[in-house]
Amino acid sequence: MERNLSMIALFAALIAVLTLVPQVHLPFGVPITAQGLGTMLCGTVLGAKRGALAVLLYLAVAAMGLPILSGGRGGLAPFFGPSAGFLIGFPVAAFVIGWIVERWRAGIGTVSFVASVFGAIPVLYAFGITGLVLFATKETSFATATAAMAVFLPGDILKAVLAAAITRSLARARPQAILSRA
Amino acid sequence: MLSLTSPIRTPFHRIPAGPKLLALLLVAGVTMALSNPLPLAGLLLAVALLFAAGGAGFARHGLRVMRPVLPLAVVLMAWHLWLNAPEAGLVMILRMLVAMAAANLVTMTTRLDQMIAVVQRIAAPLRHIGLRPEALALAIALMIRFIPVMSTRVAQIGDAWRARSRRRPGWRIVMPAALAALDDAEQVSEALRARGGLS
Repeated sequence: MERNLSMIALFAALIAVLTLVPQVHLPFGVPITAQGLGTMLCGTVLGAKRGALAVLLYLAVAAMGLPILSGGRGGLAPFFGPSAGFLIGFPVAAFVIGWIVERWRAGIGTVSFVASVFGAIPVLYAFGITGLVLFATKETSFATATAAMAVFLPGDILKAVLAAAITRSLARARPQAILSRA
Repeated sequence: MLSLTSPIRTPFHRIPAGPKLLALLLVAGVTMALSNPLPLAGLLLAVALLFAAGGAGFARHGLRVMRPVLPLAVVLMAWHLWLNAPEAGLVMILRMLVAMAAANLVTMTTRLDQMIAVVQRIAAPLRHIGLRPEALALAIALMIRFIPVMSTRVAQIGDAWRARSRRRPGWRIVMPAALAALDDAEQVSEALRARGGLS
């Protein structure tokens, strides 16, 4: 219990630290960040339930006003903005990634990569695109929003590679810390 | 280092966190419902006046924390000019400014412990689905503490690298930093257990 709690707090802090790494803004109001990498690691290392809880903790603390969302934003405002769909999708993505890593018992590197790609691309994009379309003006249709997401693809695949490499190294150095396979 | 609470005391500091958060939700709801630039600009002026009521130093601080929004606002306006929809862009930017300024006002005038107390109170009903409010409050405090701890670890490992090598540290310090962070978390959990744990 204490261990789960401190690991969840640690990974929530990890997302915050990764998010504060410098990032690039896209024209329609959604920035590219290493935030996604943190979300992936929550799923691959902590597993479905704890991973989702870590992301929820991060979002809750951000909503309480710490400037730890992308671009140094914080407070309740971003949850009403164009990237709200992504914020809602993050815990779901972490849950799906963790669920795959828990169930599919092949090599942890490969599984982490496949799970991260699946969770961060189809699952998260579905939430993000819905948020963009609901928020943006009439000019934005589902098709244009989906096409715009292509900008994120190379970055997200790179992040999945990084998440898999880090998870595999962690599994070697601290096998007992990989709660998703405990 | 991370807290955004303003050290300058204002009358707003004395209002309890609960009502301030409710007012913020209300303002955010109203900005989403308005789709006309004029009332939104009026709302922005009202929030600016609230900041001014806190004194000149407080208002300057308020402007400073809004600075990260500026590049985004410029990019958004350019994008909407390119789409030939300047009014939609203006509405979007005004909404963003009003909601963020109001949220910052609440953040700057509410101490973190008050905020955690509100979350603990809101989370009380979650006891029935197995989430204990005390555990949540502890997790929030731990996470906030872990952020500077982790940044310090990364800085220390970077310094150690630079003491040994003339090359820049880069990705090679990622794993040692991650392992140090994991070990910190293990130590914290042992310390919690040693003090009687969460039971």
